[in-house]
Amino acid sequence: MKFIATFILTIMLGYVVYVLNDVLPWWTVAVAAFIAAAIVPLKPWASFLAGFLGVALLWWVLAAVIDNANAGVMAMRMAEVLPLEGNKMLLIIITGVVGGLVGGLAALTGSFTRKKTA
Amino acid sequence: MRILPFTICAILTTGLVVALNSKLGTVPPLGKMLSPSHGLWQNAEAADADFSLDIQSPYLKAPVEVYLDDRLVPHVFAQNDPDAYFAQGYLHAKFRLWQMQFQVLAAGGRLCEVLGEKVGDNSVLEKHDRKFRRMGMMLAAENSVKAMNEVPEDKAAMEAYAAGVNHYIHQLSPAQYPIEFKLLDYAPEEWTPFHSALFLKYMSYDLASDLDDFAMTNLRDHLGKEMFGKAFPAQADSLDPISPKGTVYNVQTPLPVKPANVDSLETAEPTGIAYEVDKPDPDNGSNNWVVGGSRTASGRPILCNDPHLGLNLPSLWFEIQLVTPEYNTYGVSFPGAPSVVIGFNDSIAWGVTNAMRDVMDFYEVKFRDSSMNEYLYNGEWVKTEWRTETIRIRGKADYIDKIPLTVWGPVMYDGTFQSELKNGKAYAIRWKAIDNSLELGAFKGLNRAKNYEDYLAAIRLFKCPGQNFVFASKTDTIAWWQQAKFPAKWRGQGDFVMPGWDSTFRWQGIIADDDNVHMKNPPRGFVSSANQLPADSAYPFYLGGVHDVYRGVIINRLLSAKTGVTVDSMKQMQTDNYNIFAEMARTVLLNNVQENELSSAAKLLLDDYRRWNMRADAGEKGMTIFYTWWNNFADTVWTDNITRKDGLPVPFPHDNTLLEGIIRDSAFVFVDNINTPAIETLPQMLTAALNKTAEDLKTAKDLSWSAFRNVRISHLLSGLPGFSRMHLPIGGGAKIINATKETHGPSWRVIVHMTDKTEAWGVYPGGQSGNPGSKYYDQFVDQWAKGGYNALWLMTANDKQSPKAKWKITFSKS
Repeated sequence: MKFIATFILTIMLGYVVYVLNDVLPWWTVAVAAFIAAAIVPLKPWASFLAGFLGVALLWWVLAAVIDNANAGVMAMRMAEVLPLEGNKMLLIIITGVVGGLVGGLAALTGSFTRKKTA
Repeated sequence: MRILPFTICAILTTGLVVALNSKLGTVPPLGKMLSPSHGLWQNAEAADADFSLDIQSPYLKAPVEVYLDDRLVPHVFAQNDPDAYFAQGYLHAKFRLWQMQFQVLAAGGRLCEVLGEKVGDNSVLEKHDRKFRRMGMMLAAENSVKAMNEVPEDKAAMEAYAAGVNHYIHQLSPAQYPIEFKLLDYAPEEWTPFHSALFLKYMSYDLASDLDDFAMTNLRDHLGKEMFGKAFPAQADSLDPISPKGTVYNVQTPLPVKPANVDSLETAEPTGIAYEVDKPDPDNGSNNWVVGGSRTASGRPILCNDPHLGLNLPSLWFEIQLVTPEYNTYGVSFPGAPSVVIGFNDSIAWGVTNAMRDVMDFYEVKFRDSSMNEYLYNGEWVKTEWRTETIRIRGKADYIDKIPLTVWGPVMYDGTFQSELKNGKAYAIRWKAIDNSLELGAFKGLNRAKNYEDYLAAIRLFKCPGQNFVFASKTDTIAWWQQAKFPAKWRGQGDFVMPGWDSTFRWQGIIADDDNVHMKNPPRGFVSSANQLPADSAYPFYLGGVHDVYRGVIINRLLSAKTGVTVDSMKQMQTDNYNIFAEMARTVLLNNVQENELSSAAKLLLDDYRRWNMRADAGEKGMTIFYTWWNNFADTVWTDNITRKDGLPVPFPHDNTLLEGIIRDSAFVFVDNINTPAIETLPQMLTAALNKTAEDLKTAKDLSWSAFRNVRISHLLSGLPGFSRMHLPIGGGAKIINATKETHGPSWRVIVHMTDKTEAWGVYPGGQSGNPGSKYYDQFVDQWAKGGYNALWLMTANDKQSPKAKWKITFSKS
């Protein structure tokens, strides 16, 4: 339950960062995962996982939704620039993994703000 | 709180975020780049995006309505000029912000600010930024702004435009920056009239810089004057000048006097100048023609234009319609400057091609000593003035370049700037583009011109780069003027480096506007220009520069044979792939090739060549064979003669010189290979070249012309692969009306029929949006490659409810 709570809180706070992108820099998604992990008591490894999955899933879904509306134009082009041999799925996957790593590490940090783990 | 693990994790997290937030070498900041909230996904424009907007600015005097059609062409309805230009600035920024800013960084020698001192092994500082500063680009733009300040309407136009650009920039958050800003990790800067001036000067660099003086000097010294004259004759036999042969020129401008010591100087001191210059494409040219009512089916003139320039994405051009109570103008504009550059209005149409005249000369400067504080001029030591250029470099201290200024202009090359030129000597540049001028006035004037007199008054504001302005009006006046402020040169002046210590080598005057070559309503019923010489040698001023021969010949031949001309026949002609150069070469090639000396593979090629229809269509094998054969032939003919033992750069002679040489005389003096004891003959050389062609093409799977070459539209950032379009299935080439080469060609094809309600067609290889994440980014590329056109919608105030007006942007005063 608590795992799911952290996970969902991370996604919700992460989504706020997404919506407020005019004023918040991209890395405040780390703050979102940090806060979620600091509030809900979980073991460090569980916090990491919840933070990782929360941000990764959020970024995957956002990227996929945007890509769908865009009919894949940007992802296909960027997957050649970056270079991923034009593999747009790989670009979406990497997007989520990079976000996940930031979210996971931030959540791990957040979990250590508490003295005792659950 | 568990201090130790917390601290370790906090450091790790921060480190990761910092790493993902930083540009490492050429790798963009990955976190920022990939984040859906700020990165590339923010630039992925929804396929059904809504472009309607309400914009408020205190700058506006009255409301402006902009309607975007389904191709994203804005139709701007404004109450006055500054408001129209404010909207234009806003729209350019909205759709092309990165491109406008990047082009200006390039024009001003400021690329180091963004790219750093080096990219790979290439020194951006030496190869680009210092070169552009020392050429005088910043100086030229400063002089432009001075000229602008003397004309209140121009100043108002430039300022309104800048305000519009800035209005867009100010409301932009970093998440919305164009993708290239994110890839290179920098931010847009405030736009000023200086930026627009710099951009317009970049066109002078692209179209009116002639950096060949050094290589030409090297070759003249190598070959000797007489042989050089044969390799670079003043005028081609097959020339069909813009102003027909036989025209009589009565000029008022005083004729320039050739200095008495030219010949002795040119043979006295052989110069050796090593340099490697990145030059604009020599084929930066274009076609334009106007067919008068006497030759059209409708009885009204038809104007056609296709400027040939480097093909890039985002495109150099942006389509727009500007409507004010004074005028209603449609055409293409430069993102970076107000007004329409090539276009038409309710009364007239105009088009441009490049004049290709030489208005950039170099003078050797003798300094008294290495301090360069004094230089020799007419037997006296004259004090140098100095100009300081500060080049900011990303991640490094500024580079301060101190440039000596002489009576001629800036010293482009000296002991401190040797990346291109390595002989320790100093050369000053005399370039017309540096003199104060603001070409904007001419465009503004053309936008509102109602008749021939207005057109003439407008183009006379145009000082550099020299252009062939063609004109058509609804009242069936057609005209052409080659316009700019051209130096009145003596024959040969400025072909080679000139002595900077002798004032008799200066430009002695400027040709009066009335003496510029022109035609109005000629009896033959059409005017045309295709970068050929504007006049034959009867014109008393030296023209200089490199001029195409063949497109002009084929255009005039086709037009002379046409009556009852329609828009459709003009579309066909503008995209025609007939190779007149191949036609002229055919007989001499077939008469001289020795079939029994050919390899079996070469024989097959010869059979294909014989069957060829001399068209450079995408699927033609014959074009590939002819092209490779001719180039192999030209290489073997010239290389032994022009190569200097010291390896210094020399120019490669033009194809027309070789072709006319061998047609005139099979023992053309350069044909023999001077490095062998035997005397090679024309048949031997042509046969060997075809055998080599068979070797060269042996491994090619597909010999069709479009498979053989790679026509591509490259993104401005060194052709980023995903942002470029490669291997386009298109024919054409140099010397052909459809002048599409691999990275260069018709950048905007337009046809305007001057009927009561103007009928116009156009296409450019790009799209209105500069955003690679938009479906409008390369929208017209395939259509352009196929030779298709868009109907240009000259919207009227009555059309505001039309379904074609898909989106509406309103600007109002706040």
